[in-house]
Amino acid sequence: MILGQFIILGAALFSLGVYGVLTRRNAVLVLLSVELMLAAVNVNFVAFDIYARDVMAGGQIFSLFIIAVGAAEVGIGLAIVLLIFRNRQSANVDELDLMKL
Amino acid sequence: MNDWLTHAENWVFILIALPMLIGAWRSVTSRNVVHSVLFLVIALAASAALFLLLGAEFVAWSVVLVYIGAVIVLFLFGIMITRAPLGMETELSHSNQTKIGAALVSGALFALITVTTITGFGDTEIVAKPTRTSEIGQSMFERFVIPFEVISVVLLAALIGGIVLARRDPVEGDEALQ
Repeated sequence: MILGQFIILGAALFSLGVYGVLTRRNAVLVLLSVELMLAAVNVNFVAFDIYARDVMAGGQIFSLFIIAVGAAEVGIGLAIVLLIFRNRQSANVDELDLMKL
Repeated sequence: MNDWLTHAENWVFILIALPMLIGAWRSVTSRNVVHSVLFLVIALAASAALFLLLGAEFVAWSVVLVYIGAVIVLFLFGIMITRAPLGMETELSHSNQTKIGAALVSGALFALITVTTITGFGDTEIVAKPTRTSEIGQSMFERFVIPFEVISVVLLAALIGGIVLARRDPVEGDEALQ
């Protein structure tokens, strides 16, 4: 295995996540695309950790931290989406223009 | 390239990477919300399989437990609670004009990341070696114990924040909400 194949896969996954964030209207699906980007970062972290042969497995530990932060982000994000839905009866990101001049 | 294809592990990589990319692609383009979440399961399961291929077993099973087990359920709950249309629906994404712009941006990003990192690390050989969970635990509770504690506080803050944000404030005189 070469490092390039994991880099290309991670880049493709990250770009798909960016595409999803930019095109989705539903706020839950935007969060889902962010999750895809985090998964891409995890792939890169673990591949570079194996490449560097880190004795302390730093890359793997930081990918575990990313998993924890991702879980926290989804919890908070969905709570905010729920609050917005309750106040505005819609979870579409383009209808959230309250702060627009 | 011919030499690359003679290794069995590279065929396993292709077998994992193709469903992963298809799942990720369908999950950002699917017109059905629930299908979109289920395609994300495919992409995340493939990433767990990739970690197993690299020998990072603890990370792989953490992805299975935390992402596929918990986060996906949260997403499904979020979809059901916000009453997003469950059937076929065109209003889930922005217009075609936005899609072209987004495709340009993400394509440029893909090219940028690929070119810069491939020129740096391109064909470096990596040899998968299993990382034992005891090594991870040892390192996490010795070298990385401060970030570990910080992550615990972040999770606690997220827990409290989620409850505070999502709970309905009792309104004076409204019996139904109390």
